[in-house]
Amino acid sequence: MDNSKVPQHNISTYANHKKAIYATDENGEYTIVASSGWNVEEEATKQALMELERLAGLAYERVATGKVSPLYFHMYDRRMDLQTLAQATGMFKWRIKRHFRPMIFERLSGKMVERYADTLGISVKNLCMLPPRGESGV
Amino acid sequence: MSNKSFAHGHSAHCESGVMSLMMQHHGLPLSEAMVFGLSGALMFAYLPFVKLGGLPLIAYRSMPRAIIKGLQKNLGIKMKMQTFSNPEKGTEVLDGLLAQGEIVGAQTSVFWLPYFPEEMRFHFNAHNLIVYGKEGDDYLISDPVFEAPVRCETLALQKARFVKGVMAPKGLLYYPLKVPESIEYAVVIPRAIKKNAKAMLKTPVPIAGIRGIRALAKKIGKLGKKDPRYAKLFLGHIVRMQEEIGTGGAGFRFIYASFLQEAGRLLGNPLLAEASEMMTVVGDQWREFALMLAKAIRSKKSQPIDFSALQRKLESVADAEAAVYRKLLDGNLD
Repeated sequence: MDNSKVPQHNISTYANHKKAIYATDENGEYTIVASSGWNVEEEATKQALMELERLAGLAYERVATGKVSPLYFHMYDRRMDLQTLAQATGMFKWRIKRHFRPMIFERLSGKMVERYADTLGISVKNLCMLPPRGESGV
Repeated sequence: MSNKSFAHGHSAHCESGVMSLMMQHHGLPLSEAMVFGLSGALMFAYLPFVKLGGLPLIAYRSMPRAIIKGLQKNLGIKMKMQTFSNPEKGTEVLDGLLAQGEIVGAQTSVFWLPYFPEEMRFHFNAHNLIVYGKEGDDYLISDPVFEAPVRCETLALQKARFVKGVMAPKGLLYYPLKVPESIEYAVVIPRAIKKNAKAMLKTPVPIAGIRGIRALAKKIGKLGKKDPRYAKLFLGHIVRMQEEIGTGGAGFRFIYASFLQEAGRLLGNPLLAEASEMMTVVGDQWREFALMLAKAIRSKKSQPIDFSALQRKLESVADAEAAVYRKLLDGNLD
């Protein structure tokens, strides 16, 4: 890529950071150019973030209507899914799925709740409830 | 305490950046592009059975840690690599090494590093950085994909080093035990290039190398039958793997072109300079492909995505890239 063509679109996902891109100068020599981002990349990142938000939003409604335990929302709120959470806690998926049932979640031992809170990086208190609508539980 | 003589540098990619900065610190001047090329890390793999957030793994480089290991093997560097089962022990060892004035490479998760921009924090566990000192409770960190050095609290780094899951870092720390004073480029460069070209062209499995690119193209051609939301997420996922993850642009193809250029100059070989120019063109084609993907993602419901056009574009990229490797494999690099 020609260094004059390195995109400098100041994309929001970089939050004012710059990324190193390899490009050629007028003599064809490669140098590193600091790029403020390419809108193509920004769109792809935002698409992924919006999908995570959409899943968290759906999860919120399911918890709010009492269908599943708050753990289900916080998993998505921390940009995880069942597979990621299972790997991060070292627990079987079926076991975590059981804990999505509100009755069972309520009766979990303090130690187990702490394990989830620790993995998700939130407090036990926050894990056991829903944050106000439209907010993250962190 | 911190290692005063250490100099941070801005790199495209974490693992090659870390190794380049580390080698320079220990007296061996190796650019990031040379680290990347000499470790033979250029790859392509499309692994439909390994899922990241429900989407298949698409990689433009070889496995994490392959750069560290490849560099050891090809250049005769000796690295100490240590993992831990106990997080506290991992922190203790890191602090001990820093106290001795060592600069230490570490593997971490991206999600748990507080200095990452919120919108870039995903659950990716194979990030690499250098810890070069500690002040109070803060580690002084040279994260090569950032322009300037950063800081991170002790517990936050410990959490990032000890997440579980795919490619779990297990607290991995690494630093060189032996760094050669000079390198016989005339031997090492041709060997690394031939091996890499062979790996890309003559893959035994249909999902890696050039065959992997073609397998992905075929998959894209069939996306029209899938749920439109999934299809668009799939296309966006390709762009992210190619551009968002620090690749220096076009999924490491520009870094490799830079390596070929530097190698050509070191050996005085015009064939390498030519191959570098060809690889630059290939990189530009990958970027055109990414642009096409972005336009497809943007498209409204009323405009159906032309998946077969995307497939054809990617197939033409595969053809152009294969031509570079054939030239390198058949040519005389000595």
